[in-house]
Amino acid sequence: MRDEWFRADRLPHIYCAGCGNGTIVNCVLEAVSMTGWDRKNTVFLSGIGCSSRAPGYILTDSLHTTHGRAIAFATGVKMADPSLHVVVFTGDGDLAAIGGNHFIHACRRNIDLTVVCMNNHIYGMTGGQGSPTTPLGKTSTTTPYGASETPFDLVDLAVAAGANYVARWTSFHVKQLTEAVLNGLNTPGFSLIEVRCQCPTSYGRRNKYREPVDYITHLKAHAILKDKWESMEKSGQDMPADSFPVGEFVRRARPVMGVPDEA
Amino acid sequence: MKAILEGSHAIAEAVRLAKPEVISAYPITPQTHIVERLAEMVANGELESEYICVESEFSALSAALGASCAGSRVYSATSSQGLLFMAEVCFNVAGMRQPIVMSIANRAVSAPLSIWNDQQDSIALRDAGWIQLYAEDVQESFDLHLLAYRACEDHRVLLPAFVCFDGFIISHTYEPVDIPEEKEVQAYLPPYNPLNKLDADDPLSMGMYATPDYYMEFRYEMDRAMDRSLAVLKEAGKEFKKIFGRDYSELIESYKLEDAEVAIVALGSICGTIKDAVDEMRAEGKKVGLLKIRALRPFPAEDIKKALSGIKKVGIFEKNISIGSRMKGAVGYEVKDAINDSSVQVLSYVAGLGGRDIRIRDIKKITEEIEKGKGDCFYGIREELI
Repeated sequence: MRDEWFRADRLPHIYCAGCGNGTIVNCVLEAVSMTGWDRKNTVFLSGIGCSSRAPGYILTDSLHTTHGRAIAFATGVKMADPSLHVVVFTGDGDLAAIGGNHFIHACRRNIDLTVVCMNNHIYGMTGGQGSPTTPLGKTSTTTPYGASETPFDLVDLAVAAGANYVARWTSFHVKQLTEAVLNGLNTPGFSLIEVRCQCPTSYGRRNKYREPVDYITHLKAHAILKDKWESMEKSGQDMPADSFPVGEFVRRARPVMGVPDEA
Repeated sequence: MKAILEGSHAIAEAVRLAKPEVISAYPITPQTHIVERLAEMVANGELESEYICVESEFSALSAALGASCAGSRVYSATSSQGLLFMAEVCFNVAGMRQPIVMSIANRAVSAPLSIWNDQQDSIALRDAGWIQLYAEDVQESFDLHLLAYRACEDHRVLLPAFVCFDGFIISHTYEPVDIPEEKEVQAYLPPYNPLNKLDADDPLSMGMYATPDYYMEFRYEMDRAMDRSLAVLKEAGKEFKKIFGRDYSELIESYKLEDAEVAIVALGSICGTIKDAVDEMRAEGKKVGLLKIRALRPFPAEDIKKALSGIKKVGIFEKNISIGSRMKGAVGYEVKDAINDSSVQVLSYVAGLGGRDIRIRDIKKITEEIEKGKGDCFYGIREELI
């Protein structure tokens, strides 16, 4: 089923060896194929960056847009024809830096899009500059002795701005990720699925996770389920360094935009 | 000191020597290596500057403009989409008369997406009020940054400048570069002395509403400043020669034009290839020469007219397209206007868009077309794709 959505003739893909993006595309296509949607009624969009090459490997209509603007383009597509299913691939730089304004306003409007953010904490395609999700102290080519600016928490941002569905997983959690994407696709309104993923080539190389397996092991070890995270916070425990909560953070039914009227 | 450096790193060295107090930039291919190197210099304490990791090109130039208005020498760099995204701020920078110097690693613009070289990006912003200089090689890219700061900050000018160089072809190529001593650069480029800056003790508002009674005079003054910059750039070039030995006293460069019957006009790195092609064609007995334009803004029309006088066939090599125009390329019109002689045939050739390689044999073919009087067209279209 999933293979029907895939442009096999576009292989080999451009992702570096060990990159997490392929896994995420796989999970998204798995989820999409579970919806029963028609390929002809589904549109994938992206901005600029490694993440944004994804629609080129998918056998549907797609728009590869300008840096940061995928959500704005997607808003146009969805409003022109609300019966279309619209999915956006983006990265941390594309979504939270140059496209940050479109992101929060799409959450505010709660427009019916599903946005999958491949968060590798860095601008991968341009060779590893610090992004708004580079954690404090982590190195990049523009923060050679460690990032000094506080990063964004994409989940908190989407929740605060009004999205109807918000989840975070990693490229290790393929089953949970697939399920979260499926939930996002099925939830009317704006859905954000943040995926922390490995970038051994740029981020890992500068932050002691040069090997993809070490990197994925690190993601697995530092992802703490949301309920456990909250109880740790309540009990006043110190959170382990580099750890982050994963799970479903919001599933709600705020008023939405871009959903076809009931017949 | 001579060093073999990647073009981007050489430009970063020039910026280090110019000592901007604020650097504000966003990653974009093929510019990124410059600002990565500058970030490293700042982090290592080799350059005392504030380096701002902004969230977009729009913010990059906006922050640079703010810093410049506050009285600092500032620097930024970008390419292609990044420059187009900055377009609104570009007009603001020029309108507020801030002498910002920005590197443009020239790259094609979307859509379709291309990271490869042509000069559409900077030429699209031709009318923004920025000086536009184009470099042929790594050394010239290095030198023009220092020259640009000196000329832009001159109180007779106070306009910003793009220092343009072809993406990848120059930005990613290693060449030997002469890096001057800091003392020499200090003598050439003293600290920035702003004519007007934000000052709480003497408050000033920049960019306020100009009603129809006032607006035109601001544009008029900008245009006059750009006209004055012709002489100021040449002065800066002469002074450059005195201190560093390399000659930028003209905004054009003539190559074997003296007895030429055919002239090719071009900007940027392709001039190197054209010089080799001219040498080969000269050996074959063709009287061909090159006119390299170093400054597109201000446009050195008088100098171009003089350099091309007596030549009856002129072809302009254009790495840009003005879609819908008769000549196709944007530079051709200006050259034609500079010559202003209906007995001279002036033709444009759009070539090398989106990184398509231009070789000596292509220059020779274009020269044949100039000789035949066939032009104002694309060169090298793959008919099988049409």
